Parts: sequence; C-alpha cells; structure tokens
Amino acid sequence: MDFPILSSLILLPLIGALFIFFSKSKSNTYLTIKYLALFVSFANFILSLYLWYLFDPSTAEFQFLEERSWIKGFINYKVGIDGISILFIILTAFITPLCIVSVNSTVKYRLKDFLVAILVMESLMIGVFCSLDLVIFYLFFEGGLIPMFLIIGIWGGERRVYSAFKFFLYTLLGSVLMLVAIISIYWFTGSTDIIYLYDFGIDEKYQYLLWLAFFSSFAVKTPMWPVHTWLPDAHVEAPTAGSVLLAAILLKMAGYGFIRFSVGLFPVASEYFIPLIYILSLIAIIYTSLVALMQEDMKKLIAYSSVAHMGFVTLGIFTFTQQGLEGSIFQMISHGLVSAALFLSVGVIYERMHTRLIDNYGGLVSVMPKYSIVLMVFTLGAVGLPGTSGFIGEFLILIGAFKKSFLVAAIASIGVILSAAYMLWLYKRVVFGEIKKDEIKKISDLNKAEIFILSVLVLPIIFFGFYPEPLLNTTEISIENLIEMYNTNINSNLVKK
Amino acid sequence: MINLNFIYSEIILCLAIMILLLIGVFKKNSSYLIYNLSILSLFGCLALILNFPINTNVELFNNSYKIDYLSTYMKILLILSGIFVLLSSSKYVQIIKINKIEYPILILSSVLGMMVMTSSNDLILFYIGLELQSLSLYVLASFNRDNVLSSESGLKYFVLSALSSGLLLYGCSLIYGFSGSTNFNLISENINKDSYGLTFGIVFIITGLAFKISAVPFHMWAPDVYEGSPTSVTIFFAILPKIAALTVFIRILYVPFFNIIDQWQIIIVFLSIASMLFGAIAAIGQKNLKRLIAYSSIGHMGYALAGLSTGTNLGIQSSITYISIYLFMNLAFFCCLFMLRRDEKYFENIEDLSGLSKNHPILSFSLLIVLFSLAGIPPLVGFFAKFYIFTAVVEQSMYTLAIIGLLSTVIAAFYYLRIIKVIYFDPEKERYEKNHNIGLKISLAFSTIFILFYFIYPSPLIEIIEKINII
Repeated sequence: MDFPILSSLILLPLIGALFIFFSKSKSNTYLTIKYLALFVSFANFILSLYLWYLFDPSTAEFQFLEERSWIKGFINYKVGIDGISILFIILTAFITPLCIVSVNSTVKYRLKDFLVAILVMESLMIGVFCSLDLVIFYLFFEGGLIPMFLIIGIWGGERRVYSAFKFFLYTLLGSVLMLVAIISIYWFTGSTDIIYLYDFGIDEKYQYLLWLAFFSSFAVKTPMWPVHTWLPDAHVEAPTAGSVLLAAILLKMAGYGFIRFSVGLFPVASEYFIPLIYILSLIAIIYTSLVALMQEDMKKLIAYSSVAHMGFVTLGIFTFTQQGLEGSIFQMISHGLVSAALFLSVGVIYERMHTRLIDNYGGLVSVMPKYSIVLMVFTLGAVGLPGTSGFIGEFLILIGAFKKSFLVAAIASIGVILSAAYMLWLYKRVVFGEIKKDEIKKISDLNKAEIFILSVLVLPIIFFGFYPEPLLNTTEISIENLIEMYNTNINSNLVKK
Repeated sequence: MINLNFIYSEIILCLAIMILLLIGVFKKNSSYLIYNLSILSLFGCLALILNFPINTNVELFNNSYKIDYLSTYMKILLILSGIFVLLSSSKYVQIIKINKIEYPILILSSVLGMMVMTSSNDLILFYIGLELQSLSLYVLASFNRDNVLSSESGLKYFVLSALSSGLLLYGCSLIYGFSGSTNFNLISENINKDSYGLTFGIVFIITGLAFKISAVPFHMWAPDVYEGSPTSVTIFFAILPKIAALTVFIRILYVPFFNIIDQWQIIIVFLSIASMLFGAIAAIGQKNLKRLIAYSSIGHMGYALAGLSTGTNLGIQSSITYISIYLFMNLAFFCCLFMLRRDEKYFENIEDLSGLSKNHPILSFSLLIVLFSLAGIPPLVGFFAKFYIFTAVVEQSMYTLAIIGLLSTVIAAFYYLRIIKVIYFDPEKERYEKNHNIGLKISLAFSTIFILFYFIYPSPLIEIIEKINII
C-alpha cells in the first residue's frame, strides 16, 4: 500500500482547519468557510468509505500499516487498523460533516473558530482509533481535550465554565495515571508498539497495576459510575454539535481503549477484574437509568442514558465472548448514531423554544409532525426495539452475558426495560399530550437542512437494525482473534501456576 | 601555555562589556546604540561558540575551567535566551524609560557570569561566576528605581540572595575542609563517604543553588521579585539564572558527589516534590500574571529537579530537555505580556486579558498554545518535556515521585485553564495596541511555532541532548 490513506485521514481535517484559521473572518465569508469545512469533512468521509472498501475483513492482521521513525530509537509513528478500529473511523468521519451542517442554527458567533475546533477534533479522534503505538495514542487521546474544552467553554450554555473545567480536569486526572503506565510498559518491555506488545505479552505480575492505571483513564472517559458526573454537565452545557461529538465519538474512545488495550495487553488482569467491571457496569445500567427517569432537562436525560448504554458496552466487552464483544462494538456504533441523532433533535426544538426543560413542551405532534416521526425512530433506537440498530447491540451483549453469568444478564435486562421507560416517557411528555403553551403553537416544523441531517441518521439506524451483516462481518475475524489470544494467555497463565 | 582559543566567547563578551561601557560614558544618548550593540555582541559570542567543535572536552587553568558538551550546549542556550530577551523587550524598556546605558551592559555581564558558572570545575570559580551574575541581577531587579515595587524587589532579592550565597560559601569551605581541595575532580578523588562534614557541605551548596532556581522551600523571594521587577527583567529572571544554576547542579552533584548519591538524592526528591506541589497549589489564587508565572516556574523547576534526582544520564538529559523547552515556553509567555500595551502602559493582571480572543485572535491563540503547553497537554511541547522527565523517573522505579508529579500537573492545569477561560470565555474589553517592534514579533512567532509544531519532528533536540554524558 503506497498511498498513506490513514495519515491522510488524520491530516486532511488538520489542513482544512489551518486554511480556515488563516482565512479572513468577515461576515460575507462565513458561508465560504462553512462550505470549506463541510467539503473537507465530507471528503474525509468518502475517503473513510474507500478505506472500508479496501479493507480486507478476512484477516485479523493490522492493515494499512504505516511506520515512520519519530523519536529515534524510542517511539515510532505507527498507524494501522483492524476490524475493531475501522468502524470507529467511519463513524467519526460520518458524524463530523453532520456536526458541521448543524452549526447553521446553533453556533451564533465565532463560527470560524468553531469549525477549526471541530476539524481538529476530527483528526485527533481518527488518530486515536488508528494509532498503534501507546505514546501516539496518548497524544491523540489527550490532545482532544483542548478543542473540546474550547467548544464547551466558548459556545456552551450558562454554566459552561464550570462544565468545561470539570470535563477537562476529570479527564486529565484519569489520564495521567495512564501515562505513568505507558512509560512503565516501555521500561518493562522496551517498546510501546502495540503489535509488538501483543506478541510479546506483559509479565503477569505487572498487569494488575497497569490495568488499573489504564482503567482509571478509560473509566472517566467511558464514563463509568461513579466518575460519570462530568458527562451530564458537559452535555447540557455544550452546544449541540459539541454534545454530538462528545456522545457519538469521544465516549467511544474509552470503549475502544478497553478492547484494544485493557483486554489486548493485560488479559490476565482483565480476567481478574471482571467482577469489578460487572458491578460498575450494572450500577451504571440500573442506577443511571433510574436517575435518567427523574431528569427534567432533556439533554441531561439523554446524557444519563448514554452512561447506561455505555454500561452495556463495558459489560459486553468483559464477557470475552464473540457475541459480547461484537455486540459491544455494534452497540457503540449504534449509540454513536442514536445519541447523535437525539442530541440533534433536542437541538432542533431548543432552537425554537430556547428551553430544554421537558415540562415546557408537550403536544409537539400537532405542530411538528415530521419532527415527531424522526424523533420516534430515534427514541425506539435508544430503547433498542427490534428493527433498529440499538436492538442488535443490546441483544448480542445480553447473549454474551448470559453465557457468562445468568444473574448479571438478568440484572442487565432490567436496564433494557428501564431504558424503554425513560425514553418513551420522555417522548410522551414532549410530543404527545395537549399543547400547554402558546409559543409551541407558533413553532415551525423541520426545515430542509434539519430534515437532511436527521434523515441521514434515520437511514443507518434502521438499515443496520434489519441488516447488521456489514458491521458484524467487518469485526468478526478480528474479535475471534482477540478472544483466541485472550484465552491462550489465560490458559498459559493457569498452566504456569 | 594555556590555549585561550577555547574561551574566546567569554573573552569577547568581556571585552564587549568594557567597550560598551566606554562608549556609554563618552558618547551622549547612546543607550539605543548600546542596546543594539549588546545584541550584536551576543550574536558574535554565539557564532564563536557554534564555530567551535562541539565535542571538545578540555580543562583549562589547572583544571578549574571545563569546556565540554554540557557547558557548550548550556552556553548556547544562555546566549540564545539572552538574545531573545533583549530582542523582545527593546520597546518595553523604552516605554517604561529604563533604557539607560547600564541596562544592556548589566544583562551582558550577568550572562558572562552564567557562562563562567556553566564551565566552572572548581568551587572558587563557580562562586565568582555566581556572584557576577547575582550582582548584576540585584541592580537589574531594582532598575526601575522610581517604582517602589521595583526597588523593594531589588532589595529583597539582594538580602535573601546574599544570605544564600553566604550559606553556599560556608558549604564550599566545609567541602574544602573535608576533602582538601576546591577542584571538582580532586574532591571526587578524596571523597570520604562517612564524613558528616561533607554531607553538611553538600546540603549548604544545594540550599544555595536551590535558592537560585527558586525551589521550595527557598522560593520566598520569587513571587515578589518577579512581580516587582520590570517585565523585561522578570523574563530574564525566569529563564537564564535557572539554566545556569541547573548546569551547576548537574556538575556538582554528578561529578564530585556522585559516589554519595544516597546522601543527596533524597534531598533533591524532596525539593522536587515540594516545588511541584507548592507551585501548583499556590498559583491558584494569583491575580497578577507575573506573580502567577513565578509560582508556575517554581513548579516547573520541581520537574527539572525530578529528572536530576534520578542519578542517571537519562535523568540529566531529561532535565536539560526540560529546561530547554521551558525556556521557549516562558519566552513566548512573556512576549505575549509585552504585547498587552495600551497608551504607553503595560498590563499584567489576569483580568486584563478578559475577552482578548475577540480583538486579538492571533495573540490569544499564541497564549492558548503557551498555556496549554505549560500545563503539559499533548501534543504541545510542554507535554514532551514532562514525558521525558517521567520516562527517566519511572526507569528508576521512582513511582511515588512520578505519580505526585503528574497529579500536580492536573492541579496546575487548573490555573492555566483559568487564564484561558478569561481570554476565551469572558466578555471583551478595550483593544490593545497592535504596533509592536519586529524583534518581539519574531521572538513570539519563533517560540510559538516551536511549541506548536515540535511534535512533528521531535528527534533533533533529543539527539543533541543525548550526547551529554556526565556519568
């Protein structure tokens, strides 16, 4: 492979951002820079589809490898993808143009800076998913803090400063321990190259502490109970596009990190810490679902539902079954689409009413019929109704969990019911009922741009709900390989004892 | 016969100081000329050093003056930062009317003192260099003599620094008494592990040096002096003495006293942890940017000391990398401060930055980059500085130090974020003037580009520093 397609995916948005940053910021150029950003991110999406087309799902090897000397004799710039990471790259490239389209109505000032931040964010996130060196991964993983901090802080709501600080400091605090772990790995093994580490294996006695250090970072980012509290704040205050990025992609970095690093590098420790993960995941599923039921703010409700959904993801990962892991990845992609769609939908009505309180709505169905239909699809997607992508993910995860432990799966199933409760109740309160306020009578239905964005999201949610094959096919072999690697490690460790 | 061509740069600088002084005395209104000539003479020194083969390793004057890779590298850093300091502050000194002829000459003599320090291989010579740079700094700190704060800071620095110099001298005499020599090589040969006198001597020397780099608990002078001195002197304080003192730290700890590392290592670890934590916590409540950067530099010195405490070449190299990167971050920060000018007045409070991003997007972007870099967020250069330090620290399995250090970066991130918040999230205020002199613009552009794009190709700096092998 001569053409460095992964590096281009990383660099393209950065170059676009540079152009936009140095363009003259006059009001008449606003549209131009927006179209430029849209063009760049859309080109990136096409490129990522092309990548999927070239991708060979029949092997678990890393593909499209690129390696360059970076810090001589120490760290190499190494990128590559396998069946696990490619879907996240496509998701990132898919969501970003939608964010840019949506800025039309939500970002009122300093559009230029916003577009720069979004594009930088995109390239950092793609970098996270394809880096094959721990230090490079850390670089991308942490670098994302800067644009996201600015997105929440500059364009956010009333309590944006508090939320931006909370987001930044929580994530940073979690990540510094991971940095110590990465450096330790370097000194234990002499490399931070993931492929090498997969083959080499890390000594069992170090694994537990290293696993905990990585866990501290990913748990904050996922977010898992009890360190999830930054997420509702960040979501509520962030502008719509920021919430979408946060929910759809940023959270997935942690799930991806669990699969790639925690499971891949520290199998023995992962096995050891299964109970911890199960307990935290179950608390996340049940407790945050209950919290979501009580929310009065729509964005906050969706934020808590994200925590619950990510609880399913972590649960699925640590079942170490084919179904569980595939389900987790599927759930992450599906949640990426659904939560993005839900935040965009909330953004639509927030634009019109300037409130996110559920009590202020009601009876939207009579004034916004189109909106009510798409919101129905998204709500059902979040609930996990068969026929939407949400169902496949949760279903697979629960199968995986049942294989492992009946009790855990049974408790997790309660979460499915709870998710139906809070989502449908939200839908009922917002869309059905009588029109309580006069302002609602005046609001208009979806405009063309909104119809476009939302229908682009409706399609994959339903399509993958009926036909999950393309996604599952892509991940299947890689996951088989991962599980096999995991089992050999565990067994050889048992033999040693 | 001593081969003088090894110390041409020092000789030239010395001559330049005398000649400039003469010009200043005999020619009226020559301050502007002298200012530019000083920059030129620093460039001359830089050229002389660069011209010289960098891997020479000679000891002159009865082995008391050492020219090796470390000293050459550090001298290049010193002169470079001297040039940048003079370039970036030329307009500042004119506007606050401290452009007397003595000003650049004092800076040159201070640089000369530091160059002697970095090369010294003997306690006496080291002390002479130290005093030369300190005496110049006392005057520089109080150079804005009509200003009460400036005079106060000069006096404060003088009294405390004299005290620390006294302690240092006492330590030197103890070491001389117990080892029979002032030369580092001879001390190293005659060292006796069980001698308490030597240990005391080391403690006193470490105290004196810790004062110079403002490590906790010898930091008390830093905030006041930073705040009171003219900003053009504060930038000098923030960068150059630290480079020189760190070099001496390396030379003294790793050449004569390397065999008794178990005696001093714990002291350095303590200094490091205390500085990192104190720097992070005490800066939170500050309102004045110069005061804040004083606390931040205390914290940063903690990281440099952490590298030093490892007792390995890797640790030394990481400290040197740290100080090199720190130089550019501070330079960029102060350049931004020099740009906050309105109606012949400079602003230095955090609230003066309010809403800066709306009227000055490029300036605020540079500040954003600098502040995130100071906080150590990847992919900016500040992250690499910390990364190298912790690589060295973790290699020696000093996990406590590493974890405390990294946790204090999280605390420190808070106050950097607070400044960014003021710049980007707060309502805008009046505009600042935009006509800055070219030297300032070049310094800022250079340092910002270095900070922002270092991650693309980090190898060269590492490769240069890798060649410094002390042990």
